[in-house]
Amino acid sequence: MITPSVNGTRINFMATCLCDSFYSDVAKAAYQVLEHVGCEIDFPEGQTCCGQPAHNAGDWKNARKVVKHNLDTFAGDAPVIIPSGSCAAMNRHGAMLCMEEDSRLEEAKGLASRSWELCEFLVESLGVETWPGTFRKKVALHRSCHTRGTKSYESAVKLLSAINGLELVEVGELDQCCGFGGTFCVSFPNVSKKMGQLKIQHLIEKIPDVVASLDMACMLHFGGMMDRQKITTPRMHVSQILLAALESTRKGGSV
Amino acid sequence: MKLQQDIDIFAEEIDPEVRESVYGTSKLKISKRADILSKDFEDANVVRKMAGLVKQHTIENLPKYLAQAEESFTRNGVVVHWAADGEEANQIVLDIMKKRNARKVVKSKSMVTEETHLVPFLEKNGMEAVETDLGEYIVQIDGDTPSHIVTPIIHKNRRQVGRSFEREGLGPYSEDPETLTNMARVHLRQKYLDADVGITGANFVVAESGRIAIVTNEGNARFSMAATKTHIAMVGIEKLVPRDEDLGLMLSILSRSSTGQRITVYTQFISGPKVEAQEEGPEEMHVIFLDNGRSDVLASDCREILRCIRCGACLNTCPVYRQTSGHAYRAVYPGPVGSVLSPLINRHGFAPLADLPKASSLCGACQEVCPVNIPIPDLLVRLRNKGKTEEAERASINTPGFGVWAMAASSPSIWKSGLTMGNALNWVPKALLSVEPSARSWQKTRDLPEFKGGDFRAWLKERKRGKQ
Ligand code: SF4
Repeated sequence: MITPSVNGTRINFMATCLCDSFYSDVAKAAYQVLEHVGCEIDFPEGQTCCGQPAHNAGDWKNARKVVKHNLDTFAGDAPVIIPSGSCAAMNRHGAMLCMEEDSRLEEAKGLASRSWELCEFLVESLGVETWPGTFRKKVALHRSCHTRGTKSYESAVKLLSAINGLELVEVGELDQCCGFGGTFCVSFPNVSKKMGQLKIQHLIEKIPDVVASLDMACMLHFGGMMDRQKITTPRMHVSQILLAALESTRKGGSV
Repeated sequence: MKLQQDIDIFAEEIDPEVRESVYGTSKLKISKRADILSKDFEDANVVRKMAGLVKQHTIENLPKYLAQAEESFTRNGVVVHWAADGEEANQIVLDIMKKRNARKVVKSKSMVTEETHLVPFLEKNGMEAVETDLGEYIVQIDGDTPSHIVTPIIHKNRRQVGRSFEREGLGPYSEDPETLTNMARVHLRQKYLDADVGITGANFVVAESGRIAIVTNEGNARFSMAATKTHIAMVGIEKLVPRDEDLGLMLSILSRSSTGQRITVYTQFISGPKVEAQEEGPEEMHVIFLDNGRSDVLASDCREILRCIRCGACLNTCPVYRQTSGHAYRAVYPGPVGSVLSPLINRHGFAPLADLPKASSLCGACQEVCPVNIPIPDLLVRLRNKGKTEEAERASINTPGFGVWAMAASSPSIWKSGLTMGNALNWVPKALLSVEPSARSWQKTRDLPEFKGGDFRAWLKERKRGKQ
């Protein structure tokens, strides 16, 4: 994996296809968080998806098509900020893998070196150490697998811990996957379901007020399972918590 | 066309007792591993990466080191054999035995001999072959197969073992591990004394010295050589390390990763048959180097898997393995390492095991614990691409096509109109949901969130307008 380096605070925002189609509130929250820290944000209109679904399914031919589209859409040298560990991992690592024999490999490496998951960007690149506002809730933070090998999870913990009133509760077997895995969850539905069940148990064990994630893909799966089972613990993306804390300062009150 | 992946069916039908044993033991081992590594090393990742470099260097220079190893062994009085596949390797063992008029074999734990199916082969040829590793012994008397590369009976509990021992006449039924171990010990002692040949594997083979290193916790490898006159070690060609010095690094990361021990109870270094000054020990020593598809792996884009030192940590940490057990993988090597290695060295080709690389959520837990830092998730995705390119049927079960999706996702106008018109549903999760069985599979256990295509873009437009 290439470790990104930043080049100014003019950034490209990559909303991800899941937020573009289902979780628009997450995209809005991430956008406002980036505004708050002073980024000048471009949202390239041509953006679609990172290409990961096909890449992980092993359909590299189709994955490359989408990766190349992204090389065009996010050309230049501005950092690309993504509110998803998984899509960030695709840009930073997966794309280089399926492009390894392609003539545009160097461009893919370039995109890898400037792609960031949101929380890691805030902490590791911009040096954000604290976060204003209040959020008086117990939060269980899911460690999304595709943030392994990065500082995203630690960054999110740092930011959330800085928020007044927020208490992070312990989550058992943090290193275990929730069972999403893209097409894995439909190709191996029983294994996926069992993994999801364990994850949900661990996440709600300490009776949190909110279950949080760095990645809406995981939540699409285990959240969908929670809904089906009428487990009503609210779910939020980390950026939504950051935004809620920010808004508490604007209102002058606390959440 | 099959509608469900075999591994998924296995997970559905698995005996809850088996699943409990597998889950509990693997979880315990992973936590012991983490404890000891964090206690002993400031940053265990540095050690893992270093060990990975040593093994990578070795496999990249394999011909050189194999030649060196042969030279060193020969100098030490060891007879070296080369076997292209399992059949050849087994035949070499049989020939050695016949030459010595040997009839009885004691064997210590070795995955390579599982790979070649050595014991059934010897039995078929009129030899008596006894597994001496306690777990392997239980597998043998039960007519079972190992379900883990380090802990062969991870799928059994002590009640089942007690019943097996009672059935075999080793003693009255007991559930007490110590009593059971003693029964096996008494029974196996006589086997050691009676045997003509001791067969072992090796954890490491040192090229510069012609020394093999074997680790066990039961001392059975040592016993297998105590009374026998002939020692045969069968090893995969990837087992090499260049120097004796490398053993320090390798052994310390192997046992910690594998069982959470600083060092195994027994660590043996063997560099040849007995010398005159020794009163006892094998008069003859043979090393059989087994290829069995490894050269092809070395030539492929998955060669990193040959770094593997068979610690089993990737199995222990794998959420899929924990839910399915090793038997779900239909191969000698299960779990993450097996999902890469088994289809590549399968004698019937890649296609029959092309589903193994798909049986992973690509969560990366395996690479995170691997003592030689093998990028297993990358290798799995490479093999998925291979399965797709070679149109392996088993790889495609319940995997939707991506043609329409790729077309939409590389043309912004189609994508955008899809978002606002709602038919993006047809390709955003098309990746997941378009194909009928996949859609049903999703909806069986999960709800789908409300569709909000285009909402963020509309909001953004408003926001920008407001700011101007
Ligand atoms: S692949 Fe790595 S973790 Fe798995 S058994 Fe081999 S050495 Fe151990």
